[in-house]
Parts: sequence; C-alpha cells; structure tokens
Amino acid sequence: MWDRTIFLLCAIFVAAVAGAFVMPDWAIFLATVAVAKALVVLGLMILWRTGLVSFGQALYFGAGGYAAGLAGLWLGLSDAVLLVVFGSVIAAILAWVVGLLLARYREIFFAMLSLAFSMILYGLLVNTEALGSTDGVNIIAPTFLGYAPLGAAQVRAVYLLTMASGLIAACLVQIYLQSTIGQLAGPIRDNEIRVEYLGASARAVIHLKVVIAGALAGAGGVLTALAVGHIDPEMAYWTTSGGFVFVTILAGTGSVIAPFLGSLLFETVRSFAMVYTPETWQLMLGSALLLTILFFPGGLWSLFERRRAGV
Amino acid sequence: MATPILEVHDLGKTFGSVTAARDITVSIPPQQTVGIIGANGAGKTTFVNMITGYIKPSTGRILFEGRDITDLSPRDITRLGVSRSFQVAQVFPTMSVLDNVAVALGIARRGAGALWRPLRTRRLLEDSQAILERYRIADYRDAAANTLPQGVRKLLDIAMAVAAEPRVVLLDEPTSGISVEEKYDIMEVVVGVLKAAGLTVLFVEHDMDIVERYAERVLAFYEGTAIADGPPAEVLHDDKVKEFVVGETLHRLRRPGAAVAHA
Repeated sequence: MWDRTIFLLCAIFVAAVAGAFVMPDWAIFLATVAVAKALVVLGLMILWRTGLVSFGQALYFGAGGYAAGLAGLWLGLSDAVLLVVFGSVIAAILAWVVGLLLARYREIFFAMLSLAFSMILYGLLVNTEALGSTDGVNIIAPTFLGYAPLGAAQVRAVYLLTMASGLIAACLVQIYLQSTIGQLAGPIRDNEIRVEYLGASARAVIHLKVVIAGALAGAGGVLTALAVGHIDPEMAYWTTSGGFVFVTILAGTGSVIAPFLGSLLFETVRSFAMVYTPETWQLMLGSALLLTILFFPGGLWSLFERRRAGV
Repeated sequence: MATPILEVHDLGKTFGSVTAARDITVSIPPQQTVGIIGANGAGKTTFVNMITGYIKPSTGRILFEGRDITDLSPRDITRLGVSRSFQVAQVFPTMSVLDNVAVALGIARRGAGALWRPLRTRRLLEDSQAILERYRIADYRDAAANTLPQGVRKLLDIAMAVAAEPRVVLLDEPTSGISVEEKYDIMEVVVGVLKAAGLTVLFVEHDMDIVERYAERVLAFYEGTAIADGPPAEVLHDDKVKEFVVGETLHRLRRPGAAVAHA
C-alpha cells in the first residue's frame, strides 16, 4: 500500500508546504488553482484508463463550487475544510445520480452525455437570478478550524489546504488504483465480456469511477472557489470541461502525479501567455497540445516512463 | 444416477421466425465430461450461450444445483459456479498473461471488501504463476495477450474461466483455429486439469476424434435440438448422427492416412 508513489507524493507535499513561505503571492495563487484543477484531472485520469472520456467534468466542478459558495452564503458555513467535504459530497451525490445513466454508455456517447449534463447545469445557473445569473456571486471569507486569516494569510491558508487536499486525494486514488476494483480499468476497456464472465459488473465499476471522479471534481471546484473568492456559471461551461481534458492529454495517465504536473504546466503557460501574448495565448496552448500529441502521445508523464525504461 | 448438477428442461430459443434451439432436455451429473457435437448452425453455441446467460431462452428452464438460473445475468451465473470459455478467446489483450490470470483470481476472491484489496499481493501472484504452470503457459507469463499464439491464447482463456473455481465449465470449441498437433496437446492439458479439479465439463467440438477420446458422454445437435445423447461409442455410430451430424467427416477420419480429415 505504501508504495514509492505515495512517498514521492509526501515529499512533494513537504516541498510545497515549505514553498508557501518563500513563494510570492502570485505563484501561490497560481499553484493553488493548478492543484485544485488537478483534482478534476485526477478523476478524469481514472475514467480515461477505463477508456472513457468525460467532456462534462465541469458539471461536478461547478456543483462543488456552488455548493460551497451557497453553503457559506445561505447556511453561514465558513469552515474551509467542511466546505471541501460538503462540496465533494454534493458533487459525488450528483455524480451517482448522473452515473446511473452514464454507466450504461461507452465511447462518444459517454462523452457527449456527460457534456449534455454539464450544459444543463450551466443553463440553470445562467438563468437563475437567485444564484447571480451570469455574474455569479462572491463567496464569504473562509475560516480554517476557527482561524480567520485575511489578505495574504488567507491566500496561504487556502494554498496549504489545497496542497493537503491534493496529497490526500492523490494517495487515496493511488491506493484505489492498486486495488482489484481499481485494476479493472484496463480489463473493462479491453474486454467487458470477459470481465462479466469472471463475475464482476463492468457497469457497477464504471458507476463507481464516475462517482469518484465527480467527488474529486467537486473538491477541485470548492478549492478553486475559495482561491478565487467567486463562483459563476463559467465553472460549469463546456470550455471548462475541455480545459480539463486538455490537461489530461498533456499530462498523461501513467501516474497520479501526472495530473498535478500537467495542471501546473498548463496554468503556468496560460498565465504567462495571457500576460505576454494576450491575443495569441490560445494559439500557443493549442500548439503545445498538438506537439504533445505528436511527440508524446502518452502525455508528458511518458517522458518519465521512457526514462525509467531506459529508452 | 447422481443428483444432476445441471438440468435443462424444454429449452428453446427463437430469433424472430428463426428457431435456433428447441425442446432441449438434458441432465448432467457432477464431474461428467460431455462433448457437444453438431454441424454449423445446429444450436451448439446457442445452447452454451443460454446456459451461461449470454442469451435468454424463449422457453424452458435451466437449473444449476437445483437452483433456477434461467433469468440470471452472466455475472451472477459465473458467481454461482458456472464458467465458460469462448470460441474466440476472450482475454485482456494489452495485459500480460500473468496479469490476465491475476485479474481473474482477484475478481474471484470472496469475502467482504474483496474487490478493494490490493490486486498484486505476493500470494495472488504466486497463485497466478501456479495456474500458468498448471496450464503449461508459464513461459509466456510476461508476454502481452495479443501477441500469443492461438493455442496459448485458448489455454489462457480457459485458465481465466476456471480461476474462480467453478463447478461447471463450458468450453466453446476449445481447439478451433488450432493446428492438428496442438489440438491434442491442448486437450490433454485442459481435460487433465479440469478432471483433476473435479469439474463438470461441457465442450463443443467439431473434431470427432477429440470427442471420442475425451468425452464420457456425447450430445449431438441437429436443427436446434439434441437428437442423440449417450456414450461416444454409441452416439457417434448412431445412424441419425452419422447422417445429420458427422456426415462424411467421420468416415474420412476413419480412413487410414486421411490427414485431410483434420483440416
């Protein structure tokens, strides 16, 4: 259970915590958003390994963000840890309901159905005045187990919470991937008939994967909302889902560490590209994706795998 | 006669106006090895598919150890103790041979939270290795399943089917697409392992020599129903079976030096 990946994750976490005391605010914010979104990509990775692509993870990302934001505004719930748990649970419940249908479909039908569900949420958010419509709403300042930081201290607190969430999520996903049910991803992708005739339910396994991916996306949504301090329908829009798929391809699916590296790279390139080439940053990102697919079809993580294999 | 482990009563299947199976009533005692023969389209695979839940019968009932399994899913039937292999070997093509068997064993583990336990435990990998050795495919343990010769792939398919330690196993043409030399080697291994494990075996086969050598009982199918049922020596020489099932094949098989009969 305590394999090398988990030790590596712990080492990265320690480095990230130390970084909180030396990095500038902008870098802390960038890393917070990158790791929060990496949680969504982590869920996509689980589905990807099963041969499933979801173009609708923004559904759970948005649901998590709105659940946390509205819990603060309507229920007065401000504890960030509780908000992460709450948003994640709400997203998981939503994923369980949606998964009842999604788990019946494969390939492009799974992808487009997931997209359809996210657009339904987007439509609801855009057309609901009470939820801020297209403008969205600002969320209340979070507290951390009674501690109520402001300004730069709050940014650091959200950063540390995000890093801790990232570590916990990645370790849990790693343990899940090593379990028998986690290892059924490849067999289901390759040959569902044999899986059924060995006595396992491919549909139930996929349903569980949808729920796990949903919960992770919900947590990512909450942490992003806490970092940005704002929620809006864009969180559930299809381009947001597309961005997550983009990072999944960029990162590769060979390790639970890959989504974090991919997301960090993506957010860094995007941030700098938007500053220095505001008119062409999408062109740059598109080119980066094209080069990745051409030269690293297994994503950036395949670089590490090739190196380990001595290629 | 021993209490049957598998019973089929008045089984039938129609696809629109086409009758694929009809009026099949068979009772199989434990640990018997049954050969199923018939020309193409006679209903052999339909029969196997109905027993294993791949297709639902239009009429009749299937009982396993006295329990009605007619409407159960393939997964539930497998869990109860009826496994199968396929005419086209169903393996996980991108995974290694060892991993294929490890997954099969991992799914087969019983107990609370069994699926949540780590797959690659030392014990499970040792058990997987032992299975590979039993089926004489250990030399291929690290090869991807999609690179295997047909005979090895067939053995892997059967090894995976039996990993769950079923009481009944159905083999759909275990030697199809395999050279004459390999056929007997494969059947020696498979029948040897399955008999040693005390399993009830039903196998679909076109090669009458194989049937005669390995089956204790033969079910002959013609136009969707069993027209003969009994010991090989009796069934294979039944006039109806000779005319409708075996045809010229048996006579050619019997002719000295007739290698073409295996083609």
